[in-house]
Amino acid sequence: MLGALAVVIISLFMVIGITFLKGGAVLLEKPDLVVTPPGSRYLLGGDGGFLHAVLGSIYMVLPATACAAVMALGIALYLQSDYAGEHVAEIIRAVLDVLWGTPSIVYGIFVFAIIVYLQQRASLLAGIVALTLLELPVITRYADEAVQMVPRQLKESTYSMGGTRWETAKVVSRYALPGVTAGILIGLGRGIGDAASVIFTSGAGGTMPGGLFSTTTALPVMIFQQASSCYPSVREQAYAAACILILAVFALNVTSRLVAGYLSRYVPGGR
Amino acid sequence: MVGETEIEVKNMQVSYSGKRDVVALSDISVDIPGQQLTAIIGPSGCGKTTLLKALNRLHDIRDGVRVTGSIRIGGKDIYHAEEPVPELRRRVGLIAQKPYPLPASIYDNVAFGPRIHRHPGRSALDIIVERCLREAHLWGEVKDRLDDPAADLSVGQQQRLCIARTLAVEPEVILCDEVTSALDPVSSQKVEELLLSLKERYTIVLVTHVLRQAKRLADYVIFLYMGEVVEAGPAEQVFTRPQHQRTWEYVQGNMAGI
Repeated sequence: MLGALAVVIISLFMVIGITFLKGGAVLLEKPDLVVTPPGSRYLLGGDGGFLHAVLGSIYMVLPATACAAVMALGIALYLQSDYAGEHVAEIIRAVLDVLWGTPSIVYGIFVFAIIVYLQQRASLLAGIVALTLLELPVITRYADEAVQMVPRQLKESTYSMGGTRWETAKVVSRYALPGVTAGILIGLGRGIGDAASVIFTSGAGGTMPGGLFSTTTALPVMIFQQASSCYPSVREQAYAAACILILAVFALNVTSRLVAGYLSRYVPGGR
Repeated sequence: MVGETEIEVKNMQVSYSGKRDVVALSDISVDIPGQQLTAIIGPSGCGKTTLLKALNRLHDIRDGVRVTGSIRIGGKDIYHAEEPVPELRRRVGLIAQKPYPLPASIYDNVAFGPRIHRHPGRSALDIIVERCLREAHLWGEVKDRLDDPAADLSVGQQQRLCIARTLAVEPEVILCDEVTSALDPVSSQKVEELLLSLKERYTIVLVTHVLRQAKRLADYVIFLYMGEVVEAGPAEQVFTRPQHQRTWEYVQGNMAGI
């Protein structure tokens, strides 16, 4: 037991530690990498930074998370006993669990197939769709748990005051908000770190994002490109990009905890 | 009017379907008088709460609960009315065993009902909130902290807040489901006094397993046993000269197994 724990903890610290040590050194030396657009020969050891991937990730993951969160909350509210029958809800939950475990490349290929069918090219929009599909089961499962934790008596009181299902759903969402926020964060974390679902859908160029219908590179995809480069200077920058990615996830984590704490000040035991 | 039948339950049956069907209440027929406090007593699991929830159609929100028969409140059959269900429920408030304040401020808890039903302006709303909190004997304790989270109140105060927010929707009937069982003796006493002061204007139906509480508060008593009404009548009669052996055993406190 202890040995297993030690292996896990040590390898985790090594992953984060080495990324920070190597990536941090690069970032300290050339901090403007993050805000510089890539040159035309960036991936071949040329000038420039990886602003395109930083922006690409933001442009892709934020709308995807927003879409997934809205749909997830809707599904979670629907899965309550006052809407869906218990039998239906059980089936939907089982399907969501399967979707959660589905490898992200499957979502990537699915959206890729749609793109091909529509005779379109890889684009930011397709990347957003793929990430939304990827995040949806994760966020829904968390939102569902949070909604189910809402005391039945609270719903009954709201109904007893003459609330409609919509008004009750609003109260329930408010009560479940801290849990839903946690779910959104975890979904976002999954989306921002995923390469497989976007590599076919949003593309893997070396140019700045140019709108919904043009190729956009996400950070994980670019890290993959950099790390497989034959130029040592480019491989070094993979650490820097990974470092930024980890920091971003960490920052999101802290912010959303603060937000959730603020939002849950009315929930008993929420703060 | 006082003493006139307000709620008329006729041949009502409630059953839960699931892996096996359970009949929770069978063939209930009972009249509940208006502007009085009616206590429903009986051992645990006899269907008291099930009966209460049938009176404002709360079973509708759960899967697999079937209510048959008729329930008339103020002359209208609530299960076959044209009125929308939320409006029916507005007229019949329910106060739960444990208080569950809405995740909002004290003010917003009381304002919730009026806001969804009548959309009053801010100043009208202030008046309603103050009136209801006064009626619930809570105003003095919270008037300086109306914007605080309701969850910060003590459990006893939360229960009175739940009563206040129910009053705010101007119900005709108030259903109370063992409302004092989660409270300490002092808070219980406050809530009991509150119920006594409310029964002049509202029809109150109180589920309780505390016999002494029923004796203190009730004008009319319904004794339920194993999903059936054994006896119903004025409190004095049920407690001192019950018609049935079983009622007598229960009110004497020597029924086997309870």
